[in-house]
Amino acid sequence: MEAPASRLLTDLRPGDSATIAEIIGDDSLSTRLMEMGLLEGESISLIGYAPLGDPIEFEIRGYRISLRAAEAQRVRLESTS
Amino acid sequence: MSKSQTSSPETVKPNRKTVALIGNPNTGKSTLFNALSGMKARTGNYPGVTVEKKVGKVVWNHREIDLVDLPGTYSLSPRSPDELVSVDVLLGRQEGVTAVDAVVCIVDASNLERNLYLVSQSLDLGLPTVVVLNMMDVARSKGISVDAEELAKRLKLPVITTEAHRRKNVDIVKQAIADSVERPLRTPESLFPDEFYAEAGQLRDSLRTHKDIDIPQFLAQRLLIDRGGQIEQELTDSSAAGQQIRSDLEAARERLAAANCRVPAIEARVRYGWAREILDGVVTHPAERSASKSDALDRFLTHRVFGLFVFAALMMLVFQTIYTWAGPLMDQIETGQGFVTGLVEGVLQPGPLRSLLVDGIIAGVGGVLIFLPQICLLFLFIATLEDCGYMSRAAFLMDRFMAKLGLSGKSFVPLMSSFACAVPGVMATRVIESRRDRFVTILVAPLMSCSARLPVYLLLIKAFIPEQTLGLGLGLQGTVLFLMYAIGALVAIPVAWGLKKIFFPGETPHFVMELPSYKVPSARVVFDRVYDRGKAFVVRAGTLIFATTIVIWALGYYPGDHSKQYELQRSIVATETILESNPDNAELMKVTLEDLENEYHTVSSELIAGSALGQMGHAIEPAVKPLGWDWRIGVGAIASFPAREVIISTLGTIYSLGGDVDEESEGLMGALRTSKWPDGTNVFNIPVALSIMVFFALCAQCAATLMVIKRETNSWRWPIFSFVYMTVLAYIGAFITYQVGRLWL
Repeated sequence: MEAPASRLLTDLRPGDSATIAEIIGDDSLSTRLMEMGLLEGESISLIGYAPLGDPIEFEIRGYRISLRAAEAQRVRLESTS
Repeated sequence: MSKSQTSSPETVKPNRKTVALIGNPNTGKSTLFNALSGMKARTGNYPGVTVEKKVGKVVWNHREIDLVDLPGTYSLSPRSPDELVSVDVLLGRQEGVTAVDAVVCIVDASNLERNLYLVSQSLDLGLPTVVVLNMMDVARSKGISVDAEELAKRLKLPVITTEAHRRKNVDIVKQAIADSVERPLRTPESLFPDEFYAEAGQLRDSLRTHKDIDIPQFLAQRLLIDRGGQIEQELTDSSAAGQQIRSDLEAARERLAAANCRVPAIEARVRYGWAREILDGVVTHPAERSASKSDALDRFLTHRVFGLFVFAALMMLVFQTIYTWAGPLMDQIETGQGFVTGLVEGVLQPGPLRSLLVDGIIAGVGGVLIFLPQICLLFLFIATLEDCGYMSRAAFLMDRFMAKLGLSGKSFVPLMSSFACAVPGVMATRVIESRRDRFVTILVAPLMSCSARLPVYLLLIKAFIPEQTLGLGLGLQGTVLFLMYAIGALVAIPVAWGLKKIFFPGETPHFVMELPSYKVPSARVVFDRVYDRGKAFVVRAGTLIFATTIVIWALGYYPGDHSKQYELQRSIVATETILESNPDNAELMKVTLEDLENEYHTVSSELIAGSALGQMGHAIEPAVKPLGWDWRIGVGAIASFPAREVIISTLGTIYSLGGDVDEESEGLMGALRTSKWPDGTNVFNIPVALSIMVFFALCAQCAATLMVIKRETNSWRWPIFSFVYMTVLAYIGAFITYQVGRLWL
């Protein structure tokens, strides 16, 4: 098994889903992401981009959330098999 | 910590109970609050923070219970003094609020898992708790079913389903509240590993030993979990004891990390794990998540072409409404003001009392009420768009653009509204979560060119800017008007940047935002919100605006002997009466009347010149001369402190034309054109006109805006700062305009 390249939430394309591997960091932003339910093992999907490309709309735990690209980069995804 | 005392028990009736209402944003919390308290809430601010304090009364079985509305939040982990307020209220540590006897936690039935996170945190308080399961209708429409009975059994708490905007089951909630305040404290469930509670306990001991303070178990846990949070900041100060606490805290966190209980990550893992367990079998989602209407709508409304088109159309509509359509309503208020003035003038003889009533009190009340149409119309839109779920999409659409200006998408609507009027614009900043973004938006909002500046621009442009074309169908007058509108917005960009650097340094606030499902807005929710904002403005800002008007009236009235002015006023009325009843000598009487009016205007002009205001104008003449102004313009600028457009009527009075002139007045334009310096040269020319316009584009001559800033920031510091920085900016702008303009024009 080779080590997979690290995939971030921003690497998803509209309509894609993936499983969260880790929230990077332990500052207030990562706490906030976790409070909103972005946790290891959760499935998250990318719904679409704002007209200017940022922020990005996601769906997690049955609700919609908007994250700026810089924030979404704090979410590492599990590599697809 | 400073705020550890609870309010003294002797000031409180022993039997009076208090309940706190908490919940995530977008759960219908305010709607439930209104339903429970019957719209009769007392509002205020908590000392030292910008959180609005809202306390209502729940009446049940002839018994009154205080209901404290806490700001909507996703978490009880305080990261700022504002967020600590909610925690302090819940722990009975907040000054001015009696200790809470029970908690009502409202949750969105269509989004239970995330909502239970806050419930889980609040259960650690150990207070009797009622869970209100709101938005059952939305859940049903999404095909989600919730077994409320089973949920109650598992939570061991009363769970009540409601549709708050239809006032459904409100009485059952009231009953549950009345029951809950009689229940004893609960023992919180231990969700975390034992090590965690042991460490929290040791931290409490350490605080007792080193700082001689006893903090509740809840706060010790928060201290342990919230890295860099508000409690850590307050307890680990630079003192020796503070440093001791810091090292104890770091050591505790390291031990926890080693025991696979790393903070802060452990909290979300534990609480979400708990929520999922509780909800397993309680909530049933549809097997195949079908693309709902809300999803389709969302795709359309956030589309890069259609979405922006709809957004632009909506914003145009909002702007049109507050800019233009508020006009007739404002005219009615002015007509009403004129009617009351007429009544007073019919009863009272001219004199100081009448002047105070008419030019001070009635004008002051009118000056407050005149803002109501714009405030109510703006909040009518905001509340509608918010309730149907669109407002967060608007922020989503505009975030990138606003981020380029150093703000977030949530600043767009407040700033856009400020082009009509900064007062509702500043009030609309309440939705901005980040303190930094909110304050910067409040401070630059008054730079947007509002409708009150327009008369000033129009008067001066018509009087001094030649009617010529610049080619391509572009008129010079129109171009100048456009530049005046643009200047404030352009200046706002570096100002916003500078304010952030100087006053709010630190990391960029994050913009993690829930995008709620779309739903049909409820008329009741919208109406309640409009009423609430309108009332808040009149009651809390209105009194200050009113007071300002009285002060400026007094400055323009005293000192001075007004007896001749009153005598002339009486003669004018007498002459008018004769003219009406006896048309025989009409021609002659008209001439007499005109003479009297001219004399009256001359006397009024002399009086204002000699008043405190006039003296101030003379005193500042050396300071405003580099702007090309004489003392009369100086008086106009000071007198317009309550509102910019007042300069027109003030100039009318000073130039002996009476205060009834408006921006269309040919007489006033003529007077300005022929106004002379003592050496015989013209006061007004194009550079002077431009200098005045630039000054009014950038200055803070609007008491209403300043008082609303006071109210929204809960401090005198920010309105004073706004006034000073905008005046300096206006002065520099006018100075450059005049000095450069003099070289060219």
